[in-house]
Amino acid sequence: MDTLASRRRVVQMVFIIISVIFILRLLFIQVLNKSYQQLANNNVLRKVTLYPSRGLIYDRNGKLILFNQAEYDLLVIPGQLKKFDTTNLCLTLGIETASFKKDLLKAYTYSRFKPTVIVKGIQPELYAQLQEDMFMYPGFYTEVRTVRTYPFPAAAHVLGYISEVTPKQIEKSNGYYQQGDYIGTGGLEQYYEKVLRGKKGVKYVLVDVHNREQGSFNDGALDTLAIPGTNMYTTLDINLQLYGEKLMQGKVGSVVAIEPSTGEVLAMISSPSYDPRLLTGRNRGKNFSKLYADSLKPLFVRPLKASYPPGSIYKPLLGLIGLQDEAIVPSTTYSCPGAYYVGSLRVGCHHSGFVNNIIEAIQHSCNAYFCMTFRRVVDNNKYKTVAQGLDSWKSYLSSFGIGVKMETDLPGVGYGFIPGSDYYNKIYGNGRWNSVTIISLGIGQGEIGFTPLQMANEMATISNHGFFYTPHLVKKIDDDTSTVLKKFKEKKIIPIEKQWFDITVEAMKEVVEAGTGRIAQIPGVTMGGKTGTAQNPHGNDHSLFICFAPVENPKIAIAVIVENAGFGATYGAPIASLMIEKYLNDSISTPRKYLEQRMFDADLIHHHFQPTPEH
Amino acid sequence: MDKRKTTNNLDWGIILLYSVFVAIGLLVVYASSHDDTKPFFDYRQLYIRQLIWVGTSAILAIFILVTDNKFYTSFAYIIYAAVILLVVGVFFFGHEVNGNKNWFEIGSFQLQPSEFAKFSVALALAKFLSNQNINLKYNKHKMMALALIFFPALLIQLQGDTGSTLVFLGFFLVLYRFGLPGEILMFGVGVLALSVFALVIDKFILIGILFFLAGTSLYFIKRNRSAYLIIAGLFIGASLYVTTTNYVFNNVLKLHQQQRIKVLLGQEVNVKDADYNVRQSKIAIGSGGFLGKGPLHGTLTKYNFVPEQHTDFIFCTIGEEYGFWGTSLFVSLFLFFLTRILTLAERQRSKFSRIYAYGVASILFFHFLINIGMTIGLAPVIGIPLPFISYGGSSLWSFTILLFVLIKLDADRLAVLR
Repeated sequence: MDTLASRRRVVQMVFIIISVIFILRLLFIQVLNKSYQQLANNNVLRKVTLYPSRGLIYDRNGKLILFNQAEYDLLVIPGQLKKFDTTNLCLTLGIETASFKKDLLKAYTYSRFKPTVIVKGIQPELYAQLQEDMFMYPGFYTEVRTVRTYPFPAAAHVLGYISEVTPKQIEKSNGYYQQGDYIGTGGLEQYYEKVLRGKKGVKYVLVDVHNREQGSFNDGALDTLAIPGTNMYTTLDINLQLYGEKLMQGKVGSVVAIEPSTGEVLAMISSPSYDPRLLTGRNRGKNFSKLYADSLKPLFVRPLKASYPPGSIYKPLLGLIGLQDEAIVPSTTYSCPGAYYVGSLRVGCHHSGFVNNIIEAIQHSCNAYFCMTFRRVVDNNKYKTVAQGLDSWKSYLSSFGIGVKMETDLPGVGYGFIPGSDYYNKIYGNGRWNSVTIISLGIGQGEIGFTPLQMANEMATISNHGFFYTPHLVKKIDDDTSTVLKKFKEKKIIPIEKQWFDITVEAMKEVVEAGTGRIAQIPGVTMGGKTGTAQNPHGNDHSLFICFAPVENPKIAIAVIVENAGFGATYGAPIASLMIEKYLNDSISTPRKYLEQRMFDADLIHHHFQPTPEH
Repeated sequence: MDKRKTTNNLDWGIILLYSVFVAIGLLVVYASSHDDTKPFFDYRQLYIRQLIWVGTSAILAIFILVTDNKFYTSFAYIIYAAVILLVVGVFFFGHEVNGNKNWFEIGSFQLQPSEFAKFSVALALAKFLSNQNINLKYNKHKMMALALIFFPALLIQLQGDTGSTLVFLGFFLVLYRFGLPGEILMFGVGVLALSVFALVIDKFILIGILFFLAGTSLYFIKRNRSAYLIIAGLFIGASLYVTTTNYVFNNVLKLHQQQRIKVLLGQEVNVKDADYNVRQSKIAIGSGGFLGKGPLHGTLTKYNFVPEQHTDFIFCTIGEEYGFWGTSLFVSLFLFFLTRILTLAERQRSKFSRIYAYGVASILFFHFLINIGMTIGLAPVIGIPLPFISYGGSSLWSFTILLFVLIKLDADRLAVLR
């Protein structure tokens, strides 16, 4: 037995060795390795983000044009599901059973204990109904979110929309945005994102393994409240905007209306437009791809980005430059034979006859007169070369904000285009071009391009007799401590004498009273304007019109461009004048009702997208 | 002998240890399961139920102490047979819990006969080995002893309770102490090691390693015919074993058991449910740090992050709330307890009592080994309770009976001649 008795020690050794191994292992887990403590905190503490509501947007008259409404997401914690009536739930929500089941399975494979959003964007009416049935669906929860709501189906391009942040935006935001957050995209939503978004709050809660809240952590000492976004007042007049969008229905083009004394944009229409409500809620993705695929590009912001040859509406600018640079004098005459001839070159003119002075030239939009003026400006003796002459011309136009970036408060602003000497040197070679080569610039055709915003600003500047404020869309930001709006208070003065502007305004008044823009006349309102017809290599000419009223004390300056619509007087002038009448008089006078109706009814999209053989 | 004499010889030290463990058990069951939304004295509160189990265990203990010790020696086989009948009965009248059909349900009261099987095997083995004519040198007697142990183990395995089955391996320690050749124990450890290697290493590489080992051992030991035969036999046997292990692993074990073993061996880390328990358990224990979060301040165990935390994973609560000092103290205390039982065993005059004491020590040790090993990621997840601590009536009762029969035998040790 002695040998066997010694085996007691072996058994005891086994016990001791195992115990020592356990203690060493515990020492490692509990004392030496700190990562378990961190993991434990992740397990128990859940950081809940409190989303602030975005700032509201009002129009210039204090009408609410963008606010938030509650919307609900349905979440599921698969581990807590009990048997339930799938068909019934899907019926209530109005979704397909098959795809719902697929999503449910996906949620289950993701995690049994973590909540997954399974149906997004449930409307309040539907939610009310769902709420009553929720007791039948254990394991499902709802979570409230706010969505943008538009009381008026207008100004989609100005307002922009919100969409989920992209990985790139998350990366750039220094940790502010997280997967699934929303961010302003396009329009004011994007430009004023930091104003509108507010500040996210954080709440730390203790949760159990099923993610059920068990209470606040440290009595909420680390929690922060969400600060709602700041409210803003736009410069838009929502009634004018709605009216303009109605006028532009069935047409492709832009309208920009500015209050000349402040630079405030009263209306900005990009047509075809879309109902901003399409890009909120559950069908956002679907609607977006539909709009994106549309051949008429409703998502394209034409007033800011589209660049058109200005045609005749640029003539007043050329006149101003000519007068300032002493290339012409107000009484410069020209005998127009119905075209401008130089060498073998001929620039046609719609009018023929003797032009007594610059006022008549603008009034009748004489091409020949302005070809002459352009050559005199560029070949001016003040400058040694034609290149210097052209660059001086260009710098005058730049002072109007044309060919340069207009620092307005919308993203994606286009520059338009004004060719300089570099441009032609590159094309023709140094010194191998002259004023004749580029004669089309005399009538606003060729490489030159204005955006509708620049056209409207041109009109506002002329109506102001020589200055402008950068056109902008936000008038006021509630409790604004930033300097965002300061730059819009800065008066931009054109380096051209006021007397030349007086003459130009006079000429533009004549355009409406007795010239090419007579159709724009509004009884009892003095108005100045200029028609334009921009040649378009891709199809029919674009119809352009710029005007302002009243002449003595301008309240509104407007630019209208209707693509492929022919002469400026056909569509541009009526639409512009109707908008002015609406803005100044609040209603359309009876004699002009038929014009209004004709504009409402005109469907040019249908017209030029279904080529009719008889034309 | 009169009763007073019996009480005088009682080993109060071990009774004190038992009481300490039961008290710790009550405390941590309270910590991990108390529900403040219900009244303190509510039958639905698990600690109240556990308190009832403790009370009934005390009655059982007293009952055992006043029973004549001859009852256990004489009726060892009968108790063994009775328990086996109960275990078999479960097949027909049992109630399924967590996929294992090993419970009797009488009203709201559940009983798990497999818990009592260990006790009955300890008794029967003691009775068998204490017979003067039995010697474990003989293969026949070895086989008989093994049959005695593994017949109930097999029945329990058939019910799906792998954990309880594994505990029966503990009886090898008893067999070893009372004459089983050490080589067999070594062989068993070797097979276990080989199984682990077979699952971790590619079988061809493993056979190559074995071949190398066989070659080198031939080089070092004296080379005669029998050595060649033994080593060649071992090599061929091991190679065959290695090639079949994977088959057995994949076709005999249940999927969750396969996963748990793979998790333990570090082969599968992304199976959510398979490594969830161990990961949460390690996080809970690890988060306790050196000093722990303090009594009743274990957030992880309180908020149900650790599954089965009041039963099989009760050690997590100790780890989280009392930290390293608590866990190391507990392990040391348990080691002291086991050593104390061995001391008790060795002072028995009766061979029956001594063998039974070793049975008790082995069973407690295996529960300790597997349960704590599992919570700290050193053993596969096998659901068996931590003796005296885990919530549960059957286990507390069975451990109480197991221990107090030993205390009774020990108290009467001087009255026994053999």
